[in-house]
Amino acid sequence: MTPGWVVRRIGFYVLIAVVLAFFAVPMLWLAGAPFDARPGFGLRLPEWTLSNVHATFRHPFAVRSLVNSLVLCLVATAVTTAFAALAAYSLSRVRIPGRDVLLYALLLLSSVVTGTAAMVPIFVLMLQLGLVDSRFGTALVIAGGMLPAAIFILKDFVDSVPRSYEESARVFGASPRQVLGHVVLPIARPGVATILVWSFVNAWGNFLLPFLLLRDVGKQPAAVLVRTLQDEGGSANLTVIPVFSLLYSIPVVVLYLVVNKRYGFRFHGGIKS
Amino acid sequence: MRAADRDSAGLGTARAIAFVAPALLLIGLFLVFPALWTLYIGITDYQLTGPSAAAPSVVGLENFTTALADPLFTNSLWLTALFVLGSAVIGQNALGFALAWLLRRARLGPRRTVEGVVLLAWILPGPVVAYLWFAVLSRDGGTLGLLLGQPGTAWLVEYPMVSLIVFNTWRGTAFSMLLYTSALAAVPPSHLETARLAGASGRQTVRDVVLPHIRGHVLTNTLLISLWTANDFTPFLLTAGGPNHRSEVLPVLIYRQALESGQLGYASAMSLLLLVGNLVVALVYLRLLRRRS
Repeated sequence: MTPGWVVRRIGFYVLIAVVLAFFAVPMLWLAGAPFDARPGFGLRLPEWTLSNVHATFRHPFAVRSLVNSLVLCLVATAVTTAFAALAAYSLSRVRIPGRDVLLYALLLLSSVVTGTAAMVPIFVLMLQLGLVDSRFGTALVIAGGMLPAAIFILKDFVDSVPRSYEESARVFGASPRQVLGHVVLPIARPGVATILVWSFVNAWGNFLLPFLLLRDVGKQPAAVLVRTLQDEGGSANLTVIPVFSLLYSIPVVVLYLVVNKRYGFRFHGGIKS
Repeated sequence: MRAADRDSAGLGTARAIAFVAPALLLIGLFLVFPALWTLYIGITDYQLTGPSAAAPSVVGLENFTTALADPLFTNSLWLTALFVLGSAVIGQNALGFALAWLLRRARLGPRRTVEGVVLLAWILPGPVVAYLWFAVLSRDGGTLGLLLGQPGTAWLVEYPMVSLIVFNTWRGTAFSMLLYTSALAAVPPSHLETARLAGASGRQTVRDVVLPHIRGHVLTNTLLISLWTANDFTPFLLTAGGPNHRSEVLPVLIYRQALESGQLGYASAMSLLLLVGNLVVALVYLRLLRRRS
């Protein structure tokens, strides 16, 4: 234990403490302000109350927007996972000519054509299809954006399922659909779980597309309503915003904890668009 | 045997196509078609309202020349470059690597704590994170002002780009940290041992042993997070491009030109320039991927 070693240890812990503070301090607001009788922007020990929670549940749009978020995400996640599973299985097992080119093109597309770079045509398209203010339509747009990456990730998992399992199932007379449903997907379950969680978290936090495509306040998800709360009367509605932000964060935090516990946090490759 | 090799699941061509079709339909409708349509809208004078909403006319490359001469557009280009450089290339990249490096031999408790908090910052929804930083940077008793003894400072107004860069570094560091943690795990311990025996300092070890070994990861990570940052729309939630266009990064400018000013053609031309930028980065990325594999 030389003096140099001691100094380095202290330096290490100071550095870690600073980094930890940088990441943790902004989050503390989410823990205190929702339950503070006089919520502000600063950090302080709250004067404990649940009246903000009551106010949030009485807000005309707060709970409804959370339900909208849930519907939007469930549809987008279900469509993404189901379509990606079918496509990944087929692309993994059948050697269509030009398949690799197709897969590379998909990967390229998903990173190049982002919601931001294509917002004008997407908006015009939905306008002309009469799908502006359609939650289902918006969910499909979100799913379309997530599908290429989902197929890519899932194909990796399906590739690793031994083909002999499928062959034995076929010998016993299973149809391709049964092989996929009863043999391949159960084995590729970690991959399916990854896609489920990944697409849910992505859709849950997606702001731009719902903001663009859902103009009616009653149909907006939480991502968009947060901003509306801020605009109300020009200043932030601090009674509702902290509680609302907390409620809006809980589902993804719970998912994060589940994933972290079951699989460790090792998302593969290029995730989170 | 050949046929079985080509189709080992016994799917049959028709069923294989049927399995891929739903996904391709959505991708075609909401990614490929919009990308192609931007090409067309970008060369028209299409507007959200007014006469050219009903019958837009083709104006050729006029939108592009206008954009390149438009101080608002060049301003956005510079701000976007600054945003990417500051928050992705330097902020997330360097901080993510530093964390992975510092924590690689830390005890499990401290390590889990730091990783958990950094990951939480990543997993929280963007609109909520914008609020968290709104609170930190607010002039009305915001945490930063209190910490620095300057409670009256409106950070978002006075230093909008610095605010955005710190905000995005906070949000995105986890990805780089995860990527570098697994990259560092793959560096052969014998290399590090040799460096230690040769008396190399930590900095020398990183520069001469570690970085050359994980160069592929560094390039991949930098390109990916740069792409995401250049296309990130959350700056809109924190500063909305203000004050006075001082934080109006390209995605925010495109949104305002399209939906607030209704200049759909002009905004599409700007989108195309962003698309081309994305394409260049993505092609470099694919090349690197192929070379590595």
